[in-house]
Amino acid sequence: MSQLKRRDFLKAAGLLGASAALPVNLLRAAGGGDLTVGFLYVGARDDFGYNQSHAEAAAVIKQMPGIKVVEQENVPETVAVQRAMEAMIRQDGASLIFPTSFGYFDPHVLKVARRFSDVRFAHCGGLWEEGKHPMNVGSFFGYIDEAQYLNGVVAGHMSKSAKLGFIAAKPIPQVLRNLNAFTLGARSVNPDITTSVIFTGDWSLPVKEAEAANSLIDSGCDVLTCHVDGPKVLVETAEKRGVMTCGYHASQAALAPEGYLTGAEWNWVTPYKKHVQAAQAGEPMINFLRGGLKEGFVKTSPYGPKVSAEAKKNADAVKAEMMSGDFVIFGGPLKNNGGEIVIPDGTDYKQTAVELERMDYLVEGVRGQI
Amino acid sequence: MLKPWLGRAGVLLLPALPTLCALVTTAVLFIAFLLIQGRPAWQAGPLVFEGAFGSLFAWENTLMRAAPLMLTALCVALPARAGLIIIGGEGALVLGGLAAAVTPLWLPALPAWPMLIAMGVASMLAGGLWIGLSGWLRQKRGVNETIGSLLLSYIGLAIFRHLVEGPLRDPNSLNKPSTPPLDSSYQIGVISDSFYVHWGLVAGIVACVLAWVLVRYSVIGFALRVVGGNPRTPRMLGLPVDRLVLLTCVLGGGAAGLAGMFEVSAVQGSANTALISGYGTAGILVAFAARHNPLAIIACAILLGGLEASGGLLQRRLGLPDATTLILQGMLFINLLAWETLTRRTGDWRLWLRGHWIAAPRAGLEEKGETSHG
Repeated sequence: MSQLKRRDFLKAAGLLGASAALPVNLLRAAGGGDLTVGFLYVGARDDFGYNQSHAEAAAVIKQMPGIKVVEQENVPETVAVQRAMEAMIRQDGASLIFPTSFGYFDPHVLKVARRFSDVRFAHCGGLWEEGKHPMNVGSFFGYIDEAQYLNGVVAGHMSKSAKLGFIAAKPIPQVLRNLNAFTLGARSVNPDITTSVIFTGDWSLPVKEAEAANSLIDSGCDVLTCHVDGPKVLVETAEKRGVMTCGYHASQAALAPEGYLTGAEWNWVTPYKKHVQAAQAGEPMINFLRGGLKEGFVKTSPYGPKVSAEAKKNADAVKAEMMSGDFVIFGGPLKNNGGEIVIPDGTDYKQTAVELERMDYLVEGVRGQI
Repeated sequence: MLKPWLGRAGVLLLPALPTLCALVTTAVLFIAFLLIQGRPAWQAGPLVFEGAFGSLFAWENTLMRAAPLMLTALCVALPARAGLIIIGGEGALVLGGLAAAVTPLWLPALPAWPMLIAMGVASMLAGGLWIGLSGWLRQKRGVNETIGSLLLSYIGLAIFRHLVEGPLRDPNSLNKPSTPPLDSSYQIGVISDSFYVHWGLVAGIVACVLAWVLVRYSVIGFALRVVGGNPRTPRMLGLPVDRLVLLTCVLGGGAAGLAGMFEVSAVQGSANTALISGYGTAGILVAFAARHNPLAIIACAILLGGLEASGGLLQRRLGLPDATTLILQGMLFINLLAWETLTRRTGDWRLWLRGHWIAAPRAGLEEKGETSHG
């Protein structure tokens, strides 16, 4: 009888161990106060684009004292990301997780966060809402349209044909906001400038992106930029054809030593550090975090060799205004490319305005349709 | 006395021999590859095992990934019984998922079970229609079913993207275009909190077992073997070849569509482009690894699910890039195809075993034995 009981006890103990509540605590204790931070990327870490911008910042976090970083790339927005986050928690003892792809948020991050309430999930791009989403989840994002506006200013100065090209993944608000900001920046220099846009349909379609780049160049565009996950193909194609480019996500200067003008880059180190420090200090989760150039969430690539002194001067002046926090990109009166007023005269949308998060129009000067 | 038993075991195991050889060769090649790259090959092996099968969590991880693969593998394996090579499961899966996601929008509010059944039926119809179309084009129009199903899959994906990002888009899904989210009562949960795998796994296993019964024990299954074996014989016998081919295509497509339904109702909660994640393509690998045997599909799907589950651990512990898992999968597939040549010989060996090791069988028994073709 007693033997049977002991066996049952052992079984129960084994189950407890397997249920992994124990390993999490053990691992954490074994780490001696080290904070294990997990990063998940939807694509390759060296894609010269979105994922690289995150991986570069993760490398900075790795250097911080008392931090252990675990990373996983090419994690699709399926059950795979749920299990990968859970594996980081259970197998590696991670207590702060950065799921960096927009599509991870709903339902994947939310589902896992509800099950692991003592782990922090700092998601990039999502829209955390109080009362609706768990308190151990936070979202952060950067106003990169500011840097795209500066891209536009430089492109406006450098373009000879007054035709710019933009390769976009999908007609969603984030993308339209960048496209519109780029166009507005260019037209602030020369109101005759137009931007031709091609939507490829998805975030990473290298062949289509190359075709789009070629057809934009064939139609006379002499500065190209984009909002796709990896601008590599576009920048290389343009460089080969002797056309200028503005970068996006990370710096692509190495791919186009001749024609790279400047670029809109993420600086994820800023929000990452805030989250890591809050976790280390045991402060409450930062649920909502946004910032632009001024807050150091985004930055611009150093000017390439072709950029004229006049372009630099103009762009630097606008940048200084942005840094002071006074600059408004989307102010009325603003027309869409069908001639209708979308922002009435006298209305200025600051970067934090929710109206901008719902953008569904192309501004005057954009050639294309949604 | 032992010989007949060994002989029987040999006869049973022989069909698995090419797969086993492929597994061993893959392991050897993979270790060699890591060594050449100067990576810690000896740590990688145990890690692959730990990540795939080393704990209850690892099993959950593996099985969760294996669940859709079982269904998409059937989309390849069933038509293969009739001699077709269908590779368009991805299109059937996403269209099935879309059908499941919009069913609750178009039907009046129903209790959970009838609605889930309706969603399942809708997804299977959509998937079945798509693969059935490939079969129909082949039988009636002479379009090669491999090319046809691949191209139809592209068309299916394009239709899916257009609908999800256009007419069927939920206006509130701003930066991730999706259909309106499913009501929580129509979402399928996990089997239990201590076994965190969604019900798609049960559906996958049940579907594989049913498919096995169909191909192994039914008259249709026997007729399929004739159709798959030779294009002329069944016509001479008067078998309804077109209908049989179409049936396998519709059933296979239905299985893939059902996988889409589970992706929507158990994982995503709505239809969006995250459904396009390569389950259809991975299903081809599983079906070939299982030599189109529905029961073996269960094992092979678990194996592939395990490889993918362990890929994460390889990345996090050894800093290996994700491509490592892809290389492992690629090696596995090439090895499976390469060792396939052994299949012809295993037939001879089986006969030899029967003749020499198993005590003289009656003539009738021998004909009743497996006549399966890959």
